[in-house]
Amino acid sequence: MTEVLVLIDAPDGKVTKPSLELLTIARRIGEPSAVVFGAADTDTLKQYGAEKIYTYDDSVYADFLVGPKAEALAQLVSETSPAAVLVGASTEGKEISARVALKTESGWISDAVDVQADGDTVTTTQSVFAGNFTVKSQVTKGAPIITVKPNSTTPEAADGAGTVEAKTAEISDAAKTAKVTSTKVKEASGRPELTEAAIVVSGGRGTGGDFTEVEAFADSLGAAVGASRAAVDSGWYPHSFQVGQTGKTVSPQLYVANGISGAIQHRAGMQTSKTIIAINKDDEAPIFELVDFGVVGDLKAVLPQATDEVKKRKG
Amino acid sequence: MTKIVVAVKYVPDATADRNFSADNTVDREGVDGLLSELDEYAVEQALQVVEAGDGEVTVLTVGPEDAADAVRKALQMGADAGVHVQDDAIHGSDAFATSLILAKAIEKLEYDLVFFGMASTDGGLGVVPTLVAERLGLPAVTFASEITVDGDTVKIRRDGDVATQEIEASGKLVVSVTDQTGEARYPSFKGIMAAKKKPVEEWTLEDIGVDASSVGLDNAWTKVESYEPRPPRTAGEIVTDEGDGGAKLVEFLAAKKFV
Repeated sequence: MTEVLVLIDAPDGKVTKPSLELLTIARRIGEPSAVVFGAADTDTLKQYGAEKIYTYDDSVYADFLVGPKAEALAQLVSETSPAAVLVGASTEGKEISARVALKTESGWISDAVDVQADGDTVTTTQSVFAGNFTVKSQVTKGAPIITVKPNSTTPEAADGAGTVEAKTAEISDAAKTAKVTSTKVKEASGRPELTEAAIVVSGGRGTGGDFTEVEAFADSLGAAVGASRAAVDSGWYPHSFQVGQTGKTVSPQLYVANGISGAIQHRAGMQTSKTIIAINKDDEAPIFELVDFGVVGDLKAVLPQATDEVKKRKG
Repeated sequence: MTKIVVAVKYVPDATADRNFSADNTVDREGVDGLLSELDEYAVEQALQVVEAGDGEVTVLTVGPEDAADAVRKALQMGADAGVHVQDDAIHGSDAFATSLILAKAIEKLEYDLVFFGMASTDGGLGVVPTLVAERLGLPAVTFASEITVDGDTVKIRRDGDVATQEIEASGKLVVSVTDQTGEARYPSFKGIMAAKKKPVEEWTLEDIGVDASSVGLDNAWTKVESYEPRPPRTAGEIVTDEGDGGAKLVEFLAAKKFV
């Protein structure tokens, strides 16, 4: 069987859930080979089916932006002629994979929500125009290089050989021109990462600037917290939590919109969520057109009651 | 003297219903277009860099006839000159072909810095800046939230999901600008009048040395096999809170096994 290269994301060595999803998807196409820059927990990679683990250990990958990683991965693609290359649909993942596609003259498909293989043909599914259309795509040239959205599948464990192969790559001077002079890691909130979370609880204008109830409800469900652009623009919540066209696109199992009217820009960022719930005082709010369940009411009253009820049920 | 090229895109209005054409490309005829909102931040940053020192801003777009509107808006904001690459062969070009056209047009211009918006508001991929940089052999600093130009040195802050990075670069550079860099200005009456006299060059693929066989729908490295509208969501259950809204909500969550 042919190799499928999977670019692994592992901050502080811990393999992320979306990376495990990619390994799971890779098995539909061929034999998964994990590609790791820096350190990663190789046992986990093996337990999720990685037959090979290519490791690149050099400070050049941390000191500069995507250039060196793209060069190394492109060299590996030329060397291994994989059946496909799978990368997480993060901003960095998109940049690396697009450059690899250009360097290796391979077709590039971004933001897949599903990847299926039929013989040698790999077909992806994407959701476009704010989730109003479903598109199926294939590449016409080279190995398909695909970025896949988080929550596109459930990670499934599988025994892999997990053979580690330390690699080095030729990095050009051009890839080493914009230097990272400082990196300040943000304080962890203790909540799941927004784009990866299975449940997202968001607040908007209707919070009036107080996210206490939203955060408490999110914590009762083990959810990530998001915010609408109105809330972010008002300075109520940091930009990195913004859900929408100019913020993050989320596609969780459950999305709870609190005090969010549902402007098209917000809908573009959350419309592919599997189940959608909204709480809003305004029964005319466009968000109610999308919901599986809606409560017309004040989030300040509804959320605390819901939080208590969840806690009660969880014992 | 800092010469900045700002690449901008003319996009269908996101608040309108968007659709596909018969050839599986985005229908750009049926919907009004405008300068992509996110590109306004790039124009703004370019103007600020030039205003803080000395330089000029050229705005560049690739697109059909109407795309001239995007150039015009940037000129009204204060850009000095415009370039519009227009050619029938461009229709249906993907991000890769678009990056080729942009890179070739940029090579024909004198420049120190190339600015982009963080992503278009239609395709929204955000990779054209990095692809253009790849083709020009330049570094790309994407998703900049703050930009300072000091002589030859450009300092950029990026606010990522897990970390804030400070980047330093010198020499030619491609930068993509987020909406965190600060409000974009509205064109003033004076700006609107002045824009009418500003030069806009019209270039074809031949002018920039791009062969028609390397762009357009038929030469894309990926193809859309099929598309279908998502089935409309079945109407959900909506309740009015009468003191039990929270409890009802959790009942629904429990039925769906979220609790």
